[in-house]
Amino acid sequence: MRLNKIFKNTLLVLAACLVLSACATKKEVATDIQGQMQGDVYTGTDTVEYLAEGVPDRVFFATNESILTTASRETLRAQAAWLRKNPNINVVLEGHADERGTREYNLALGERRANAAKDYLMTYGISSERITVLSYGKERPVDSGSNPLAWSKNRRSVTVKAN
Amino acid sequence: MTKKILILLFLLIPINANALIEVDITRGNLNPLPLAVSPLSIDEESRKGFEKILEKENIGSEISNIVENNLRISGLFNPLDKKAFLQAPDIANLKPRFEDWNLIKAQALITGKVNYVDDKLRVEFRLWDVLAAKEMMALAFTTVPKNWRRVGHIISDKVYERLTGEKGYFDTRIIYVSEEGPKTQRIKKLAIMDQDGANNKFLTLGNELVLTPRFNPASQMVTYLSYFKNMPRVYLLDIETGIQEVVGDFPGMTFAPRFSPDGKKIIMSFAKDGKSDIYTMDLENRIVEKITNHPSIDTSPSYSPDGKYITFNSDRSGYQQIYVMKNDGSDVKRISFGNGLYGTPVWSPRGDLIAFTKLHKGKFYIGVMRTDGSGERLLTENYYQEAPSWSPNGRVLIFYRETKTNSKGEGFSAKLWSIDLTGYNERQIKTPTDASDPSWSSLLSN
Repeated sequence: MRLNKIFKNTLLVLAACLVLSACATKKEVATDIQGQMQGDVYTGTDTVEYLAEGVPDRVFFATNESILTTASRETLRAQAAWLRKNPNINVVLEGHADERGTREYNLALGERRANAAKDYLMTYGISSERITVLSYGKERPVDSGSNPLAWSKNRRSVTVKAN
Repeated sequence: MTKKILILLFLLIPINANALIEVDITRGNLNPLPLAVSPLSIDEESRKGFEKILEKENIGSEISNIVENNLRISGLFNPLDKKAFLQAPDIANLKPRFEDWNLIKAQALITGKVNYVDDKLRVEFRLWDVLAAKEMMALAFTTVPKNWRRVGHIISDKVYERLTGEKGYFDTRIIYVSEEGPKTQRIKKLAIMDQDGANNKFLTLGNELVLTPRFNPASQMVTYLSYFKNMPRVYLLDIETGIQEVVGDFPGMTFAPRFSPDGKKIIMSFAKDGKSDIYTMDLENRIVEKITNHPSIDTSPSYSPDGKYITFNSDRSGYQQIYVMKNDGSDVKRISFGNGLYGTPVWSPRGDLIAFTKLHKGKFYIGVMRTDGSGERLLTENYYQEAPSWSPNGRVLIFYRETKTNSKGEGFSAKLWSIDLTGYNERQIKTPTDASDPSWSSLLSN
């Protein structure tokens, strides 16, 4: 499990590097705090839990964005494969925002992020009836820090078993 | 909750139209008007009567303390130290010796007396112009004794109105969200208190997350967001009966509710498939109308006081900005064009301004702009603050402010603050717990 996690991490970093080289002309991307962020998207594994071996439960977003990164899409494809293998499991996608936004806008942003994840799962064959979206806005951070790394962990959509 | 009270109010003497003292509230008041609030006099029999019912040793002093505190926190008045007063309260109320009050530099004087009559509290008070040696106003009230705090607030409102020419905001309440516990697992409850922080009460138990309560400007109803059964929905709560109900039947999250100025509609957002649009529901016939229809996030709607326009924030331009439209959703115009993001627009009860939250270069500001977006003025800057709510006279804003945590994620707090429209007189409002999302009621009397 531990090894697998490390392997996963490497993969995520690799995937993120690909994204980087793809958009290198766009803007200079800050190399982050202890290799845990790309741009301002969290790429670490501190807070990540696993729905099953090799199936991370969450994806992360850039500030004010709901676009899925390459790494996020990979995570969601693993989730879709797991959901196809377990047709009786339904999920809740919990969308979250960081603390640097107004409360009501963040509720909408959390909903938008969870829907981005939902749409991706649906394109990989998961019925919308198995997915519920629930936005918490900025109400349930995983990291209580007031710094860019903490905020990046909090901008997330988490897939939670509903049954 | 609080029963409607019967307050009999009558003029003892007609108001003298030629006021000599006047307080200008349109600019920051760096020289608050010095005034003396003489303790309301009370005869021994009445004093004992109230002591028995209210467990207050001297209700006359208690009421005048409320008046003094209100006038001080308004920032417009400087109540003088009672120790310097030369004249006894009962004599001062009959005929002030103006030379004495002049000597301690009081420009206005408030006197009065309290009586215990037929199990009722009878209060009379007078406002005097010390320099002109004239009575400016005299009023009397009769009510049930337990309303003694409200009597203090009503006197404050009358004095404020007489001296500034505008309605006061002291006989009002604030509904807000009480917060406790670690930042990652905050427990939130609806709470209500008088404008000065007294009579704090919790309205929910904290079993589910609650957010953004707002008063109905026309009654003691509240609308708010509750995560009851993990389904975030807009609710309606009658704070007198405690009865609550979900608003409308939407297949998803409804949020950001507010009442229309006549209290007959609720305006809110409904989020579906990654987009949030603005809807209204008529509380009488339950008819739901969709007001905006755009793939962006449209939220935080607020009506103009005449009900003809709606301001809201939307990220249809790419980033969160403030817009104004007609109440049917037509004629949408962006009004915020400054640097940064703009959110939580709230229309002033006076109609001329919109208060907002602005995020620019990592700082949060509370500001105001005219309804066409011109004349932007930032009142206060901090690490995090948002959600201004207007006092009913449109002169003061209440909002909440959060602190930055340290490197260990400790030291978080959320508190209520108020600031004058002038940008002066910023004050923390004390609450028994941490607090956020304040909403100011209308005046309870008149």
